[in-house]
Amino acid sequence: MSDKIKKFEDKAREKSEAELSQKRLGVMKTYKLYVDGKFPRTESGRYYELKNSEGAILANVCLSSRKDFRDAQTAARAATTKWAKASPYNRGQILYRMAEMLEGRSAQFVEELTSEGLTASEARSEVEQSIDRLIYYAGWSDKYQQVFSAVNPVASSHFNFSMLEPTGVVSLIAPEETGLLGLISMIAPAIVGGNTVVVLASYSKPLGAITFSEVLATSDLPAGVVNILTGTRAELISHMTSHMDVNAISYAGSEEKELKPLQENAALNVKRVSLWKNEMDWSSEESQSPYRILELQETKTTWHPVGI
Amino acid sequence: MFLASPSIDQTGVEERVQRLNTRSIKKNSKMDALKLAMSMLDLTTLDAKDTEGKVRQLCRKAIRPHDSFDDVPSVAAVCVYPNFIAIAKDALKGTDIKVAAVATAFPTGMSSLEFKLKETRWAVAQGADEIDMVISRGKFLAGDYKYVVREIEQVKEACGPAHLKVILETGELSTLDNVRRASDLAMDAGADFIKTSTGKIQPAATLPVTLVMLEAIRDFYYRTGKKIGMKPAGGIATAKLALQYLVMVRETLGEDWLNADMFRFGASTLANDILRQIAKEKSGVYQSYDYFTKD
Repeated sequence: MSDKIKKFEDKAREKSEAELSQKRLGVMKTYKLYVDGKFPRTESGRYYELKNSEGAILANVCLSSRKDFRDAQTAARAATTKWAKASPYNRGQILYRMAEMLEGRSAQFVEELTSEGLTASEARSEVEQSIDRLIYYAGWSDKYQQVFSAVNPVASSHFNFSMLEPTGVVSLIAPEETGLLGLISMIAPAIVGGNTVVVLASYSKPLGAITFSEVLATSDLPAGVVNILTGTRAELISHMTSHMDVNAISYAGSEEKELKPLQENAALNVKRVSLWKNEMDWSSEESQSPYRILELQETKTTWHPVGI
Repeated sequence: MFLASPSIDQTGVEERVQRLNTRSIKKNSKMDALKLAMSMLDLTTLDAKDTEGKVRQLCRKAIRPHDSFDDVPSVAAVCVYPNFIAIAKDALKGTDIKVAAVATAFPTGMSSLEFKLKETRWAVAQGADEIDMVISRGKFLAGDYKYVVREIEQVKEACGPAHLKVILETGELSTLDNVRRASDLAMDAGADFIKTSTGKIQPAATLPVTLVMLEAIRDFYYRTGKKIGMKPAGGIATAKLALQYLVMVRETLGEDWLNADMFRFGASTLANDILRQIAKEKSGVYQSYDYFTKD
């Protein structure tokens, strides 16, 4: 009797082990937000289905609410002092580190961009250019200050000089068409200049942005310097641009119905506005420039008495 | 009497606090609650580096918290060190705002009873309307409750017409049982208010500690028919947290305690967060601290 049972058990075990080895269930990634160095879900509990061209579901993506933005802004504000004080050399090193991390995970990014509709070679090229863009701004980090600062000739007996200071918290609305390269092209000049950002990623191509937050989390970038949200422009732009404790807006797009209220909201507390046109070729030379750093800086001019 | 204090179910207290925190207060109710919280503020400055100028500035803020919001009430009191009482009195002349002063060797209470009584009398003579005293935590923790009670009784006597708030410094009492016992004996000894903390020790006021103290006040009221006030102080920096306190007061003691005579917040930065939230409710736009006065 007991022999029979043992045989039966052995058979059952063999069968289940064989099944397990053949049909292992893959572990799917949960695509979440990136706020204050952590990966929370949206407080609203809402999601949207991201589908590929065949209609298969790629991911459930967070549909962020205004409260998610408020939390991200609080984190960004708290991070400003320390990040603005970090030495330019240190900020450059951290951007370089981001490039290193991105390079190491490029295969994953290529796969995600491909699933969102790019061909393999397009995806590879976008990831490579994204890495190069980070390196480009990493290089500028300890140089833009020399280029844009000035000693000014004045008629009185003063030593008069102008230098740059970061603007503060930037609301950044990333381009819709390119999920990764456009996003990085906008984040890099903002943070290399000592600002902190709250980013709204592309609605239709959010995967690269979310995975990029894993790169940020492993690059010694202090928590709160970059915060990434996913969701709709229609819901979030008005809050991102009207918040009185946001100092600048970086916007990609040319939609008149978005631009007008954006400019009006910016006028509430005189936010800086940095615009990136919709038809922008993100792979071109014009999409990277030290002037993009300058657009998110404040100029401080000092009058220092001399010869008295 | 005070040895009969009930023991406290800590898990139960925390669960009740959590349940109360799920209340959502929006729109008109929120606006009313924010204004109520403002009217209950003891606007406080207790830094060793305080100056006459800072106290005067604080008093101006106490009278009119925001330049253009006419519907925002003045705060309940200004809380300062005894040497600034006369200045605060002068700056608040012609208003209903009370001057509260900390006394009895604040914040440690480490001095002789004689000195503490003298300090209290001096503070009242200077014009203080309210005295915030600290209990002798060392004596309390050593079990010398009689000493603690006698001290409070004598300070109360020294206060004369001034109201007495008794600071338990719950951050040093370790357990909720101790908080309950200290509350009971402070009320028995004649406190008009019981107050959580000096603000100099972490943790300062917390919701669970405040709930235990509110329940002690309720039981004392059932026993004696006397209404004792409550003042959580320290660490209450956001309007959201202040509203959670108000919900707790309403649910534990009822509406009789929802006014500045029976409930106060001891805080300094809370005022600006309340203003920020009021501005947000008015304009629909999230606000920045940049647009509110610092003190």
